[in-house]
Amino acid sequence: MKTLFDKIWDAHVVQNVPDGPTQLYIDRLYLHEVTSPQAFDTLRDKGIGVLRPQQIFAMPDHNTPSQVTEPSLTMAGSCTPVGLKQIETLKANCTEFGIRHFAMGTPDNGIIHVVGPEKGLSLPGMTIVCGDSHTSTHGAVGAIAMGIGTSEVAQVLASQCILQQKPKTMRINIEGTLAPGVTAKDVALYIMAQMTTSGATGYAVEYAGSAIRNMSMEGRLTLSNLSIEMGSRAGLIAPDETTFAYLKGREYAPKGDAWDKAVAEWSQLHSDADAVFDKEVTYRAEDIAPRITFGTNPGEGIAVDEVIPEQQDAASLAYMGFAPGQRLLGMPVDYVFLGACTNGRIEDFRAFVSVVKGRQKAPNVVAWLVPGSWAVRQQIIDEGIDKILEEAGFELRLPSCSACLAMNPDKVPAGKLCISTSNRNFIGRQGPGARTILASPLTVAACAVTGVITDVRELK
Amino acid sequence: MNKVFSVIESTCIPIDIDNCNTDLIIPARYLSSTTRDPKFFGEAFMHDLRFDAEGKAVHDFVMNKEEFCEAPREGVHEIIVAGQNWGSGSSREHAAWAIAGYGVRVVISSSFADIHRNNLLNCFVLPVIVSPDFQQELFDSIQADAQTQVRVDLPSQTVTNLATGHSERFPINGYKKYCLMHGLDDIDFLLESLQKNPLPPTAAV
Repeated sequence: MKTLFDKIWDAHVVQNVPDGPTQLYIDRLYLHEVTSPQAFDTLRDKGIGVLRPQQIFAMPDHNTPSQVTEPSLTMAGSCTPVGLKQIETLKANCTEFGIRHFAMGTPDNGIIHVVGPEKGLSLPGMTIVCGDSHTSTHGAVGAIAMGIGTSEVAQVLASQCILQQKPKTMRINIEGTLAPGVTAKDVALYIMAQMTTSGATGYAVEYAGSAIRNMSMEGRLTLSNLSIEMGSRAGLIAPDETTFAYLKGREYAPKGDAWDKAVAEWSQLHSDADAVFDKEVTYRAEDIAPRITFGTNPGEGIAVDEVIPEQQDAASLAYMGFAPGQRLLGMPVDYVFLGACTNGRIEDFRAFVSVVKGRQKAPNVVAWLVPGSWAVRQQIIDEGIDKILEEAGFELRLPSCSACLAMNPDKVPAGKLCISTSNRNFIGRQGPGARTILASPLTVAACAVTGVITDVRELK
Repeated sequence: MNKVFSVIESTCIPIDIDNCNTDLIIPARYLSSTTRDPKFFGEAFMHDLRFDAEGKAVHDFVMNKEEFCEAPREGVHEIIVAGQNWGSGSSREHAAWAIAGYGVRVVISSSFADIHRNNLLNCFVLPVIVSPDFQQELFDSIQADAQTQVRVDLPSQTVTNLATGHSERFPINGYKKYCLMHGLDDIDFLLESLQKNPLPPTAAV
């Protein structure tokens, strides 16, 4: 009568500290350049090393540029100076402490939350942490994956363990069949609007139900990615044939007999039929339409054809320049962004071109299409998606976190409206004064060719 | 950073913003730093609400108002009273560094985002969870009198609005309470634990 979360958690408990947290063993630590430099400084201060470097993988992603620019026409030369310093610091720290590092511009590099599952580094049953709130992404393979702070990164570097209070458990069931034009991103935006951005604070969420069982691995990764936007640090999905088919043959996944043994073990990783959750909610897939946000947190959203409800946070609407009762359909957009750890995978690019193929980018729109990893970029080229994009007037950029968080050169100018597949519409998130509407790759594609907020279901 | 915690009695800065995310607490462009300088992060605290695009102070914002603009020192502005769901969004510990770097030692709210709450504790800033009613009364007291004192007593786990005399007990586990009262880091605890109980070996990947 255990939940999936309990099974994985219990298998990793080193000790329960009396009247305190659990000391939890960590299988995988990921590092990026932004939240790790001060953690390495802590090790140097204390004169200690990294306990298990073989379980740690590092790669820069937040500061890497999505295009090379004059004068150097190199990625390094196209970084901001402080961003480049962080990228070089990560590399130097990894060399000093013997940690594998996927360098900027190499085929192994990309956004951690895209690369981890794609390389088979994130596997069912694991505990996975990273100094990044979207670490919840990796839970889609059936793992406990949590974002942590830099002090905790130092703890894991030093001890391969972390001290955590065990969260409560919640199951969110999505039952039924998603309608055409509705994606995993819309499911997540719908859940957030129902529960608010703090609705799952204190909980680890398991996603279940027929709509999840029928969801692709890429879709599941998108859904788990957005768990943190409802306050949950972890979003898990029980591994099944879809998971195994996705992972089989990946670079770091088990091979041969070890694979068969692993699949047999992973097949036990599901919540027992009589497992009891602290909270359980069920939504109907048929109630979910393509979604857009209208405010400055991801829970402030509507179906694309709805009007902004009354009694909204006035400051939020003032920042966006919207009003209660307003319909956003038909409103001109300035920027479109496809990418980020939320929607930077191959399926997202396939979805985007399914809409823009045979159409043309709207002249009023600046479009940033940014693959989540070099492997995704290669697959885009191998599948000829880049050619379709080019014919439709779009340009494919280089892998990066890009316009998700305005750390690298991709910043949306003040006042401009961006419809984005990223994860946060916070004030200033895409650049000081920039206004963000979150949506799926399909909806973003529809807006990219019409130049206005568009219901992709009407675009035929 | 003052790491040892006991009783703090101070005036407060009221930041009555619900769902105040860590992007607001410290904008991403300040994350490209490899420094640990508390002053650097303290100056970035709530930066884009405190200052406009030209770097001029936004006078409407609470931290720029005459009665709340003084930088924290002992007994003055060491406590923030915050809106619900404080610190949501990004896991950036830089947000906790900004709060600590500014000189704040306690944040009081009716709810905190999970990751940020841990980050505050690891930076020796005490997150105090109170009921929504107690939180509202604090806001009301401070609005009526900016000099309102609040007493936060970690040993007895109580927070008192000295304007009304009302008290509440706040939760914190015994382990973390001990750490805060003695200035101890989690990392030291973990290293000591490994000395006593080494981890079993594991296969390399």
